[in-house]
Amino acid sequence: MQLQTEQLQSAAGFKFDNVKRNQLLADKGLKLSTAKKTGTTIVGLVFKDGVVLGADTRATSGPIVADKNCEKIHYLAPNMYCCGAGTAADTEFTTNMVSSQIALHSLDTGREARVVTAMTMLKQHLFRHQGYIGASLILGGYDVTGPHLFSIHPHGSTDKLPYLTDGSGSLAAMSMFESRWRPSMSREEAIELVKDAIEAGIFNDMGSGSNVDVCVITQGNVEYLRGYSRPNQRVEKEQSYTFARGTTEYYVPRAAPQPAEVASAMDTSA
Amino acid sequence: MATLKPGEISMGTTIMAVEFNGGVVVGADSRTTSGPYIVNRVTDKLTKVHDNIYCCRSGSAADTQAIADIVKYYLDLYCSQHGEAPTVKIAATLFQEICYQNRSQLLAGIIIGGWDKQEGGSVYNIPLGGSLHREPFSIGGSGSGYIYGYCDKVFRPDMSKEECIEFVKNSVSLAMTRDGSSGGVVRLAVITKDGVERSFISGDQLPEQYLG
Repeated sequence: MQLQTEQLQSAAGFKFDNVKRNQLLADKGLKLSTAKKTGTTIVGLVFKDGVVLGADTRATSGPIVADKNCEKIHYLAPNMYCCGAGTAADTEFTTNMVSSQIALHSLDTGREARVVTAMTMLKQHLFRHQGYIGASLILGGYDVTGPHLFSIHPHGSTDKLPYLTDGSGSLAAMSMFESRWRPSMSREEAIELVKDAIEAGIFNDMGSGSNVDVCVITQGNVEYLRGYSRPNQRVEKEQSYTFARGTTEYYVPRAAPQPAEVASAMDTSA
Repeated sequence: MATLKPGEISMGTTIMAVEFNGGVVVGADSRTTSGPYIVNRVTDKLTKVHDNIYCCRSGSAADTQAIADIVKYYLDLYCSQHGEAPTVKIAATLFQEICYQNRSQLLAGIIIGGWDKQEGGSVYNIPLGGSLHREPFSIGGSGSGYIYGYCDKVFRPDMSKEECIEFVKNSVSLAMTRDGSSGGVVRLAVITKDGVERSFISGDQLPEQYLG
């Protein structure tokens, strides 16, 4: 009888046997693998005529630096960019998906999309997945209502602030902002502060490193400054390590002289 | 009952709302945390859901923002379909419906305050399980535990608008000093038939009290 019921149950629908098994294994001490997360420093700042975004360029996989010069400032729309921290794949796919939705929305309405629209799309997508999409984002842009800066957390909560930091280097970066940020800064001051905030992350956080990417968004204009600062360039060696030709002896095999082949060498033409 | 998931942004909060003749005063602190880190020190936890209806949010930031967005949408729809503003009771019932139906998945303690033609000023409280209570005044969030005694002692029915503002200001700032999850500035909103007056008291302007 028992067998019959089991067969009936497994005939159709979902099976949750593995959930029980995995729980049992986890209880016995099995460590289930976790998704790769990138240590990061990302920042955003509102200044007099727009928004500046900044990011470091290190991607890590556990203790390994997987990419020394990756791009963390993602394109969202012509007037919007988005910095990503957290699970690298999730930030990439989430921003790509919303970017395409924004493009279709602009085509449909015949208008440039607003930053709040992108923010709402991102937060609703992340909330729907209840934190399982590990994307921590800083969204910046300029629309008909002016400059906007938002942070979006993996569970779908958002904040609107004049300056923001995120990622493992966010504490180092925030200390720069908290001590030096002022309302309505000039473009040059803003870029300099963003650069210094990212460098604070690069130098003081192990998860962040390499170069500084900066993106300046103003009314009708975007300037993506890839590698704005490169504080970790390899410098010229103090000494030359090229050796003179012939420093190392090596063996050249030589073919042994062969005895003349009489028959074949004989001239038979005459 | 739902708990905060790892890494989830929390609003360990102090929120409050008080009725007076002709309106309500709502107030909140401004701290949002992720573990020990303050994610936002100037948060606005007083969220507008209609012209004369506000909610005070406590619990998970993601959950309460999502609920407020949904309620905002339905109240907008209600206004278009009925050609008049929804009452505070309607807004509160909508909040309750969402909080109760999804109570196993949500971490949200919400206080609704507002003014309407039928009732004047009114305050509703929706604690964690999704029940709904109308109260002359209501406190909520992790910080509220420190001020129940103070509020019960100081509250009087039929306080003036000015007295209510002082009551909220003093209560919230007392909770902020004792509750580590509350702090920053005190945000206030006074809702009457004439509209909403927003204000805030910065951290160095808070009422004086014993600080040890």
